Amino acid sequence: MKLGNKWLAAALGSLVFSGAALGADTQLSALFMAQAAYSEQDIEQMTEAFEAANPGTDVKLEFVPYEALHDKIVLSHNAADGYDVVLFDVIWPAEFARYGLLENVSDKIDSTTKGKILEGAWSTVEYDGQYYGMPWIVDTKYLFYNEAMLKKAGIDSPPATWGELVQQAKTLKEKGVVEYPLVWSWSQSEAVICDYTTLLSAMGGEFLDDKKNPVFHSGGGLKALEYMVDSIKAGLTNPNSREYSEEDVRRTFSSGQAAFALNWTYMYSLANNPEESSVAGQVRIAPALGEADISKASAVNGSMGLGIPVNSKHKDLAWKYIQHLTSMPVQEDFARLSLPVWKASYDNPEIAKGQEELLVAAKVGLAAMYPRPTKASYQEMSAALQLAIQNALLGNQSPEDALREAAETVANLD
Amino acid sequence: MTRRSPSQTIMIYSLALLLGAVLLAPVLWLFIMSVSSTRDLTALPLTWIPETISLENYAKLLGGGGSTVAESFLTALRNSLIVALSATAISLAVAVPAAYSFSRLPGRRRKSLLFVAIATFMMPPVAIVLPLYAMMGELGLLNTHLSLILVYCGILVPFTTWLLKSNFDGIPMDLDEAPIIDGANRLQVIWHVTLPIAKPALGAAALMAVLMAWDEFFYALLFTNDIRAKTLPVAIADFAAGRVADYGLISAAGILATIPPVALAYFLQKSLVSGLMSGSVKG
Amino acid sequence: MTQMSKTTVAWYLLAPMMIIIVGVAGYPLIKTVYFSFTAAHLVSPDTSDQWVGLTNFLKALGNAKFRSSIGNTVYFVVFSVSAEILLGVLVALLLNQEFHGRTLLRALVILPLALPTVVNAMMWRLIYGPDFGALNALLTQVGLLAEYRSWLGDPSSALTMVALADIWKNFPLVALITLAALQTISRDHLEAALLDGANAWQRFWHVVFPAIVAPVSVALVLRTIEAFKVFDIIYVMTRGGPASSTKTVSFHVYQEAFAYMRVGSGASYALIVVLISAALIAVYLKLLQRQGETA
Repeated sequence: MKLGNKWLAAALGSLVFSGAALGADTQLSALFMAQAAYSEQDIEQMTEAFEAANPGTDVKLEFVPYEALHDKIVLSHNAADGYDVVLFDVIWPAEFARYGLLENVSDKIDSTTKGKILEGAWSTVEYDGQYYGMPWIVDTKYLFYNEAMLKKAGIDSPPATWGELVQQAKTLKEKGVVEYPLVWSWSQSEAVICDYTTLLSAMGGEFLDDKKNPVFHSGGGLKALEYMVDSIKAGLTNPNSREYSEEDVRRTFSSGQAAFALNWTYMYSLANNPEESSVAGQVRIAPALGEADISKASAVNGSMGLGIPVNSKHKDLAWKYIQHLTSMPVQEDFARLSLPVWKASYDNPEIAKGQEELLVAAKVGLAAMYPRPTKASYQEMSAALQLAIQNALLGNQSPEDALREAAETVANLD
Repeated sequence: MTRRSPSQTIMIYSLALLLGAVLLAPVLWLFIMSVSSTRDLTALPLTWIPETISLENYAKLLGGGGSTVAESFLTALRNSLIVALSATAISLAVAVPAAYSFSRLPGRRRKSLLFVAIATFMMPPVAIVLPLYAMMGELGLLNTHLSLILVYCGILVPFTTWLLKSNFDGIPMDLDEAPIIDGANRLQVIWHVTLPIAKPALGAAALMAVLMAWDEFFYALLFTNDIRAKTLPVAIADFAAGRVADYGLISAAGILATIPPVALAYFLQKSLVSGLMSGSVKG
Repeated sequence: MTQMSKTTVAWYLLAPMMIIIVGVAGYPLIKTVYFSFTAAHLVSPDTSDQWVGLTNFLKALGNAKFRSSIGNTVYFVVFSVSAEILLGVLVALLLNQEFHGRTLLRALVILPLALPTVVNAMMWRLIYGPDFGALNALLTQVGLLAEYRSWLGDPSSALTMVALADIWKNFPLVALITLAALQTISRDHLEAALLDGANAWQRFWHVVFPAIVAPVSVALVLRTIEAFKVFDIIYVMTRGGPASSTKTVSFHVYQEAFAYMRVGSGASYALIVVLISAALIAVYLKLLQRQGETA
């Protein structure tokens, strides 16, 4: 028991100590996601600059996987000391606005700022004419391809349509260049919805009609899923894609086990970095493809914004921090993993330097960004779709049956 | 057991080897991953012995220039210590008199109360988590150590009471009576007579309680949101779940999180076994 | 000062425990029942007064996804617990033999037990990895597997693989409990059976089995109740995928109440789960009672 007493004393001691440390500064608690877009180191450096410019401020950074981000924001709402700044995804403002989770910051954003930021980025933080934060990450999924592999298979130019992509993948497989030419993030998560949305937009599909009824189970929506299923059946898509998220796609592609991949901006710099990739220098980027007679390019709106939870006790400081992170100079300093939301940055030669190709792709991709539905019950709709897509990909159901079932579920959501 | 044929001996030793391998291999591999580079871990075909061994991941987690990774790991470690030790201390302080009461001063209604306590400990957390979350929110306790300490007491008090009760049953009653006649009260008897004898059982109960609190994930996930209260299991899940692909780093975090409970379990190996026994063999 | 009656003292000593049980478990449980009849919402406080009668329960019982999560949970419980019992008893019989290194092996058995559940889940997720996982590498390098498999990506194997990780962590518990019971068997007893010419099976059946049946059956129910709650290992390893094949009841309740914020409906699911585990707990208490009487 003597040992026990010592331990307890140590625990109480550190409790007191931590209490003292917390009292010194104004503390902000900020929630980000781990991996994809800005790296943790990037965000740490941005934050250090903010702390240096605002003495007495201490920003505590919290990094969680994307999959945990939504629930953390929701769960922290009832906490006395919740977050002061949160990163949120483009699909959540409808829900967060409906339940009053995020501060309405419409009157903090002036019209000059509005004009200087990409329109697609604004849609990330806007719901029903009101603004719930500042856009920070403007992102979409691009097509990455391994040029060396294509050359090896005698293919001179990358595909222009999804149909051509399948043809080229067949050639690559037949010539033994790579066993599974395609890799995607098709695990049962939001990632698969992003890939599906990209294909749906290419095939001219729609999620909901004007009356908000689900229509993804016919036309382009059905074609998109059939395309996915066929690519697995034909042995072109790496079957592990069904349990992959974006980081798995990056690793598979970077280790030279795929010729084509769909992924966010951040992979461009990492897949061409010899420390992270064994195919550095062979990686090219293009806008996600279109489909003959339907579209020229496709893209999903995968942007994210920074907002202030309504129960934050340091709203002014939180807004100052958000303004710092989203400011043009900061975003331009860290433009390797995530492109700025500012229009003018895209004409800045400093930004383009070394990633000209990415900017060319971004110009087309960002303009083609297709939104996922704005719905307060989006999380459930997405869950129903994820299940349907997985069931089809695993061969449990035909694409048609799976999507019809999902549509029935979605029709019953409010 | 006295006479064993050679074939039996061979069988016993090969089974023992197999068991040892099954127990050790996964943890050994976790350790190897923690000292390997990502390049070695993603090489095909997999090489079992890494080309280069580096402790970089451990350095990253344990210090390394105040990075976010180190800060969140170390504070989570501290939070886990605070929560597990406080909850255990409070639970024992509550459970000892309760167990004594059940053991020495039995009564029909009190006997059924013991079964209520055991049922409480076994109830699935989903049964009570929603109101608890709402209550903690109203009390302003979400994202504090106290919320987890309270909830863990709800699990540990019934458990340790039950464990200690069955042990107190084995201590002769006569020992209590002399001091009572001399005018001592029950608390004094517990402190001066029962506890000294029950020291090993108390150690076992404390050990089991610390291990349970150290391992708890569900409430910790829901009731905490940042480094002010987040415990180690949640921090590990945040490192490891989802997109994060730094195998070496999450393995190192796993190894470090495993050291305290494993060290404790070995340190008090006898207590652990006796704790498991009295918890399951007797009511 | 007058002497308090024994009964009064008894209740005083129990009071702190009762306060904690009522405050942290009893009252919340009643509140859960209340919530289950309302439209309570996680972040809109006023909704907890909106009475909806049996709507939540009717919806819950009619929900095919909930039913399949019950099915997944039952599979997980039956598979993992029966394997844990079987392995645990076999390992205990082995560890009860005399051989060199027995002490070391007994100490090793504690390792999985002390390893935190979340670390266990993460460790096995890495081992099961479809592309760089050690299991695939091992099985293909020794020739047991022709090509790499997606263990956690295939709905036909995912839940089994998760259960295997759980079995690895928890069979030592059964082994230690059984071993302790085995050590209570007197050597004379065994040798007498040996002299009577009993073969190994007869010895097990007439001497060993009666000694371990009670603690093992208690361990069985304990593990069943624990396995029925399973959440953390699923959260870290699969998050319910692929195609919801590893979604268990606890995960379903978590999603309903905390991701979709429907506390009222989540409470009704939770109560159905409670009823099922109440039946298990009742079995357990019966066992304990019977043992208390015979001991």
